[in-house]
Amino acid sequence: MSKIHVTTTVNGDPVEFLADPRETLLDALRNQLDLTGTKEGCGTGDCGACSVTVDGTLVCSCLMLAAEANGKRVETIEGMAKEELHPLQRKFIEHAALQCGYCTPGILVAAKALLERNPDPTDTEVRYWLAGNLCRCTGYDKIIRAVQDAAAEMRQDHRGAA
Amino acid sequence: MRYHTPTSFADAAAIAAGATGTLRFLAGGTDVLVQMRAGMVQPDDLIDLKHIPGVDQVVQTPDGGWKIGIAVPGIVLGGHEGLVRDWPGVVEGMSLVGSTQVQGRATLAGNLCNGSPAADSVPGLIAAGAMVTVTGPKGSRDIPVEAVPAGPGKTTLAKGEVVSSITLPPRGKNGGDCYLRFIPRTEMDIAVVGCAVSLRLDGDKIVEARVALGAVAPTVILSEAAAQAIIGTTLDDAATAALAKAAEGAAKPISDKRGTKEFRIDVAGVLARRAAQIAYDRAKGPSKGSQA
Repeated sequence: MSKIHVTTTVNGDPVEFLADPRETLLDALRNQLDLTGTKEGCGTGDCGACSVTVDGTLVCSCLMLAAEANGKRVETIEGMAKEELHPLQRKFIEHAALQCGYCTPGILVAAKALLERNPDPTDTEVRYWLAGNLCRCTGYDKIIRAVQDAAAEMRQDHRGAA
Repeated sequence: MRYHTPTSFADAAAIAAGATGTLRFLAGGTDVLVQMRAGMVQPDDLIDLKHIPGVDQVVQTPDGGWKIGIAVPGIVLGGHEGLVRDWPGVVEGMSLVGSTQVQGRATLAGNLCNGSPAADSVPGLIAAGAMVTVTGPKGSRDIPVEAVPAGPGKTTLAKGEVVSSITLPPRGKNGGDCYLRFIPRTEMDIAVVGCAVSLRLDGDKIVEARVALGAVAPTVILSEAAAQAIIGTTLDDAATAALAKAAEGAAKPISDKRGTKEFRIDVAGVLARRAAQIAYDRAKGPSKGSQA
């Protein structure tokens, strides 16, 4: 079986690798690029643990072939913290919005994508946006509070910077 | 597995026509990749249609309708001002499919060709009178959406044929549509029953109507009897009662883990009534109707 040459950008870095035609983007990120922050939960698009953005759109990396990422811009949890933790990451810690942490990278990536589109969401909007991210530990309320607290801080910073 | 990236539908059809083993087309992939992982389908040839120019575009047709590319994901439809204005029922059906992540990939064409009787976007398309262009080795033909599904997981498309675009007719004046589904929770579930209604008014009177029901038969169905129950009426109580009865009569469901036959028949009537009312209010417009 011939491999497919994939050239893509991951968290701003140009990368290239050879993908099996059946290989998912999730498997390529974890096994070829050693970016193991993106998790596999169900592998069928139900749990959201593998959430990444591709050209700015939130997707499940388990529902996409690595070959489909050719020429695209992929952002994963590893690209979220810059010099310091992202406000969402900090607020998740402050609010104890995680226990085992397995769903957390996917939820952070999804929440970041929400706040980029909608900096001031209602609780209901946050819940619907994150409906595809399953957490079996915290019960979601802390997650919603952490997202809202981070959103408030980011709005404040934005106003401060403007 | 051979992964193909043709740059025209003619090339895609030629590859498909020449394939000897298991073949799948890849648009959003939210069904195909799940089936591959589960071992339900092991394609010998996978044809990725997203390299074909125009498949990610929504364009207005010269007559005022909308031509939707087969790789346009739900999130783009949901954010498309013109489509939301003209065909809110079609858009709300697609927007109910899966999570935000799935919306980033899933397509109308994929939802249709996956062949599920419970496909949330299909009743709205059928009620709207949408057409698909099917491209095969001998060229292209246009068929109504309701001619595509053949049963669970099956379509009427011949070997080598692929859906190459979806076209919604011009909405025109005094029209409204709506899709409603029943699920036992608020999000992330498959329809137990779905119903779409599209209608047009002349004053207060319904002059055109199409009623489609999902998850109550082997395919999504278009019910002429349900449409006739409200055409010529002002959707008064007698009309909605007749509509509910006609929808119940059209429903031929099975009992499964998501709902019993009796429950589904009952819900088909309820949803038809409610969807017709919302479509009616939308047709009246925000200034007169009770619903925005």
